[in-house]
Amino acid sequence: MATTNPQTAKIPVWRDERILKWIAQIAFTVTIIFFAELIFSNMAEGLSQQGTKLGFSFLQGAAGFDIAETLIEFSRSSTYWQAFLVGLYNTLLVSIVGIIFSTILGVILGVARLSTNLLVRWLSAAYLELMRNLSLLVFLIFWYLGVFLKLPRVKEAIIWPGEIYLSNRGIVFPWGLPTETASTYRTILLVAVLAAAGVGFVLHQRGKRTGKSPLTLLWSFGVFALIALAGWFFLPTAPYMLEFPYVDGLRIAGGKTFTPEFMALASGLTLYTAAFIGEVVRAGIQAVSRGQVEAARAIGLNGFQTLRLVIFPQALQVIVPPLTSQYLNLTKNSSLAIAVGYADLFYVSNTILNQSGRAVEMITLVMLTYLTFSLLTSLFMNWYNQRILLVER
Amino acid sequence: MNRKTTTLFALMVVIALVLGACGSPTPADSGDTAPIVETVVVTVEVPAAAPAPLPVPPAGYGVTLATVLERGVLICGVNSQVPGFGYIGADGSFSGFDVDYCRALAAAIFGDSTKVEFRAVTAAERFTALQSGEIDVLSRNTTWSTVRDTELGGNFVHTTFYDGQGMMVPTSLGATTLADLEGGTICVQTGTTTELNLADVMAAEGISYTPAVFEDADSTFAAYAEGRCDAVTTDKSGLISRRTVLANPAEHVIMDVTMSKEPLGPMVRHGDDQWFDIAQWTVFALISAEEFGITSANVADAKAAPASPEVSRLLGNEGDLGLKLGLSNDWAYNIIAQVGNYAEVYNRNLGPDTPTYIPRGLNSLYTDGGLLYAPPFR
Repeated sequence: MATTNPQTAKIPVWRDERILKWIAQIAFTVTIIFFAELIFSNMAEGLSQQGTKLGFSFLQGAAGFDIAETLIEFSRSSTYWQAFLVGLYNTLLVSIVGIIFSTILGVILGVARLSTNLLVRWLSAAYLELMRNLSLLVFLIFWYLGVFLKLPRVKEAIIWPGEIYLSNRGIVFPWGLPTETASTYRTILLVAVLAAAGVGFVLHQRGKRTGKSPLTLLWSFGVFALIALAGWFFLPTAPYMLEFPYVDGLRIAGGKTFTPEFMALASGLTLYTAAFIGEVVRAGIQAVSRGQVEAARAIGLNGFQTLRLVIFPQALQVIVPPLTSQYLNLTKNSSLAIAVGYADLFYVSNTILNQSGRAVEMITLVMLTYLTFSLLTSLFMNWYNQRILLVER
Repeated sequence: MNRKTTTLFALMVVIALVLGACGSPTPADSGDTAPIVETVVVTVEVPAAAPAPLPVPPAGYGVTLATVLERGVLICGVNSQVPGFGYIGADGSFSGFDVDYCRALAAAIFGDSTKVEFRAVTAAERFTALQSGEIDVLSRNTTWSTVRDTELGGNFVHTTFYDGQGMMVPTSLGATTLADLEGGTICVQTGTTTELNLADVMAAEGISYTPAVFEDADSTFAAYAEGRCDAVTTDKSGLISRRTVLANPAEHVIMDVTMSKEPLGPMVRHGDDQWFDIAQWTVFALISAEEFGITSANVADAKAAPASPEVSRLLGNEGDLGLKLGLSNDWAYNIIAQVGNYAEVYNRNLGPDTPTYIPRGLNSLYTDGGLLYAPPFR
């Protein structure tokens, strides 16, 4: 019944806002598609002129080069795809290590920044200002050329107590060498983790019901340690044998080596990102109103309890979204590994690109991988953020 | 939050579709399908006849020369970190053996060896730069190999420098054979044939080693100088040249081992045979000039009174060889007058009077027991 509303009936099509909005959106989409098509066909034409075609089948070809640091089996006869996976795992390793340590350091820095102790506050502020105003690339190269490569040569390696070797070939720790019972022991560890989680869950539920603090963490850890220790001594031979590093000709053999490249990248990323996380944490804490702290003190909570039970649960909501960005930044910044020669995703892909000449494919693959990392991180952090949201009544 | 997730997923789906679309129509082996047809040579066979109706030139034929002429300057991808081959001096000017080839090519095209713009490209980006048309020719101590000649979308013009891969160690290490490097770390540059040869040779000899791989020559040799690795490997010419810029060259020795053949030469894109011919015959002109004893000093006299009919054809007095390449007839004269012959270019950059002296060895004329041999100019 159009006649009931004469006003809308009169609006001509070219002035109808709803229709105009639709047209604008369609025009925008068409333009985007047109440009995408233009770029793509231009590239396809260029490639066909040189007689190359797009495709990912080349990834099954033999790589032919060696990689120094691998978490999986790799040799020169492995495929390009395996080389890519080596890079992928190395990126994950350095990102996870970086995220864990920069979060710990960042929280400490953020809290210290608001400390009542003048020295602590100033030290923290100085560190934050210094780091935030440095270029990460410069900082990484400083760590690599200026710190880790300045360590003595293998023959004059510094030996720290506990047989830790420091040389310009890396830092070598004594490491557990698995014996034949290691796989059984891993099963025992899994059982221990499950048991600890079970105990923790039960205690947590009871704590909620009774309102008493049941020392959940302590009990869980106790259960885990008990099972782990019992398993170690119960097995006929110890599951791991400690292997000490030793100088063998030109290298340091035995133990676990952290190369200068990995150390430079991990420490550079950690120290740099920690500064940003410190600022995020500070902002989060300051967003909690002063009255909350005073109320917490009034009911007799001490400083640490106030922080843990009152401030952090509220501050987290402010902290988590920008913290997510910092995690994403750290992961993406890890591609600066190429400057210090750490075999990360981008570095290995670059090598593959060179040796195979497949620029378009490799860059696409790298972009998609970083995109996937970032999206997964955001999804997880968004889920976490949703979970910690205060339920306001 | 829900809506955001949906958007993210939608984005991923779209990307997956795009990727799927460009992945699917690929044959198992794309190397066989290169549409390059060698039809151009026919005209050279019948020099006297009027240009017969040519077959339709393949796509891309003549495009590069037209582009370069229109631009008025040749863009040449070179090295900037290897003294003697391609190096940026303190004043920002390029010099080196590979750089002079670019000047020779510019002289052939424009009659002016200064009409060339140098782009410093790393080993890693050089082929992409050539494929994408950012540079017209790549002259950057690049090793001729099968994959590069086919899948990388380029054609090697000719070998301008016969080289082999070597290994440099600090004298204090006392290593004389590769086996002495057992368990050691070896610095190498990414995206090079040396990276692959190193893996090949060490696997064949059963020597275990750790590679330390870097993005460019500067960082590779900086890490070597810091003692990150026990040895550094690249082409012998590169080692000789880089040793001159180490803090104390006398403390480093190049081992007496040759790990591979490394024929170095300029490279052009697939799909333009005219450009390939120009680039190739520029090399031949340099070599032939040395063979005929024509130098930049005596080329004017040689043109005035050619010693043989072939010299006469080379310098453009007789015939129209230059026109057949799409250039002017005095193209070779311009190269020799402005840049010199092969020996002059060699001695200027790698000769006994330079810090980067490399004995000519294989890079002598075939008449002197070397490998330099140019086809006849006719």
